Amino acid sequence: MPAPLLAVRDLQLHYFTSKGVVHAVDGVSFEIAAGETLGLVGESGCGKTSCATALLNIPAPPGRIAGGSILLDGAEIIGMSDRELRRSVRWSRISMVFQGAMNSLTPVYTVRALMAETCREHAGRERLDNARIEQLMRQYIGLVGLPAHVLDRYPHELSGGMKQRVVIAIALFLEPRLVIMDEPTTALDVVVQAQILNLIKELRLRLKLSYLFITHDLATEAEVADRIMVMYAGKAAETGTNEQIFGERGPSHPYTRMLLDATPRLHASTYSADSGPAGSHGPRELTFIPGAPPDLLDPPRGCRFAARCPFAKQKCRSEEPPMAVLEDGHHTACWKAVKDAEYERS
Amino acid sequence: MSAPESAVPVLELAHVKKDFPLRRRLEEVVRGSHGSVRAVDDVSIQLRRGEILGLVGESGCGKTTLGRIVMRLTAPTSGRMLMDGQEVMQTGEETQIAWRRSVQMIFQDPYASLNPRFRIWDVLEEPLLIHRVGASRAERAQVIETVMEKVKMVPVRDYLDRYPHMLSGGQRQRIATARALILSPRVIVADEPVSMIDLSTRAEILHMMKAVQQEMELSLLYITHDISTARYFAHRIAVMYLGRIVEIGPADQVIETPRHPYTRALIQAVCEPVPGRVQRLKELPIRGEIPSAAAIPRGCRFHPRCVFARPECADLTEPELEPAGPDHFAACRRLKEI
Repeated sequence: MPAPLLAVRDLQLHYFTSKGVVHAVDGVSFEIAAGETLGLVGESGCGKTSCATALLNIPAPPGRIAGGSILLDGAEIIGMSDRELRRSVRWSRISMVFQGAMNSLTPVYTVRALMAETCREHAGRERLDNARIEQLMRQYIGLVGLPAHVLDRYPHELSGGMKQRVVIAIALFLEPRLVIMDEPTTALDVVVQAQILNLIKELRLRLKLSYLFITHDLATEAEVADRIMVMYAGKAAETGTNEQIFGERGPSHPYTRMLLDATPRLHASTYSADSGPAGSHGPRELTFIPGAPPDLLDPPRGCRFAARCPFAKQKCRSEEPPMAVLEDGHHTACWKAVKDAEYERS
Repeated sequence: MSAPESAVPVLELAHVKKDFPLRRRLEEVVRGSHGSVRAVDDVSIQLRRGEILGLVGESGCGKTTLGRIVMRLTAPTSGRMLMDGQEVMQTGEETQIAWRRSVQMIFQDPYASLNPRFRIWDVLEEPLLIHRVGASRAERAQVIETVMEKVKMVPVRDYLDRYPHMLSGGQRQRIATARALILSPRVIVADEPVSMIDLSTRAEILHMMKAVQQEMELSLLYITHDISTARYFAHRIAVMYLGRIVEIGPADQVIETPRHPYTRALIQAVCEPVPGRVQRLKELPIRGEIPSAAAIPRGCRFHPRCVFARPECADLTEPELEPAGPDHFAACRRLKEI
């Protein structure tokens, strides 16, 4: 098997606040193969964005990478200087569409100026001449479905959908292999959302990109992700293929299960077999997960989901479940799912 | 879900329009020309007793403006509003204050809609003081306790002295609901009440609101961009496009057998948590993006984006709502053919 494009091992990202250390990403491991989309999903505050910022080593202050390893094409990037990262990793190999980026475009810059700035900062390895830069800009603005004259427009002259296309073009035009998409459709209207999702999927095939696709919404992941990693309170709870998570058997971790049950389903054809009272055509009641995620300043012992889990037993509260393999590609950190003998007895 | 029937609607809007003036350039001021944006264009809807009406549409479609008109935070340019069949459009502060007792609002952002320097007690006592409900502090405490129990903020004593920043988003939205309920209104306008709440707890808030709505026989106007929560929450759904209602009917029917091409596109665009979709693109039966409300297309305003449009859709006048099923209406020239 070829080495994955990205291999993250035991990643730790902590926020050193005045109140103490927040363990926002606490020992997370995952891989992304070339051309693959890994979906990263979980509630707000579970560490999704922190995880992504670690890959570019741009955590929001007072955050710092506190341990682990990030191999990009087999080479370690943790420990690289900022200058090195800027010249040889950020944007040229890994780029990111930040959450809400479309509303953070500098209002006094035209799209061309915005793109040129990105180029100046990051295209260090092979200095690009102006003609080549212009050519790349036109090519990528076209690839995201916009006419070339958009390059001369200011952000306020563009609609939400167009701005998001510009943000995607900026993320892509230095030709990275991995693009981190952080909630790229969240603030958009549903029709525009679907159009942007289609664009993201189309670009992936055309440019042979890999994505780390972050969202709080499992339904969106179902649409784009080959594999899904569910995070809870700074840790990975479950990883599985699209089919393993959304297929008939469904997820194995109670958190994923409950998150899926809290996700609305619109069409009758997508209700699972167990939905609704007998004979009804309506959707199953929308459920919710009682309680709130734990405080990561002082995370609980044992499984972090135990306090909200209807299946939690003594063992769950005292001992942290390891990531166990259920079948090829399907991993879960749950005592119940792995039928732990001690759990079953208690 | 079946909608409760009743002869006289609690609230009725008839041919309501709202124009907002555009900012004028100097030459336009000199010439005396006035440009305007029609945010709400000839909307007639009824809110029935004890029903939740979902008002669904994309940003800029006028749904929030319509909610503000119901709240009388914005005066319509023309049209009538009736409560229990009585005209209510006359202005004047006194009627406004009386109106607030019967129509209340829950806002989208629970982080911005509660005064950060008010304790929960103050948040809930303020409407009672303004409307002179409860002669003594003890009486007001009684009212506050009752309403806190309704929104499941118990034990009540644990919360009354807290400040909003000490509560989670879900808890804040419960407080916002309690504040809307405390004057025992008849109508509540909820503008995207759960869009800022985490998905995992969204249903909890919706269940709570629905339980209260049923118990108090409230009529609720649920304004949202999210047609999938509207299906779970609302009895009827009205779909709005560029200031007009293009389809209205029982929630299940509108979702299962949508009749307007726009509704179909909206439904088609929703993502579903089912496998096997990664390799193909979603088919979207709609073209382009929503046009500006300052340049509404002539004829049927949806025709430039409609995949079923024919020349007559642009040439003839705007289609009106027509029967499309039991209690179900849609505004499309080609309703019978498509």
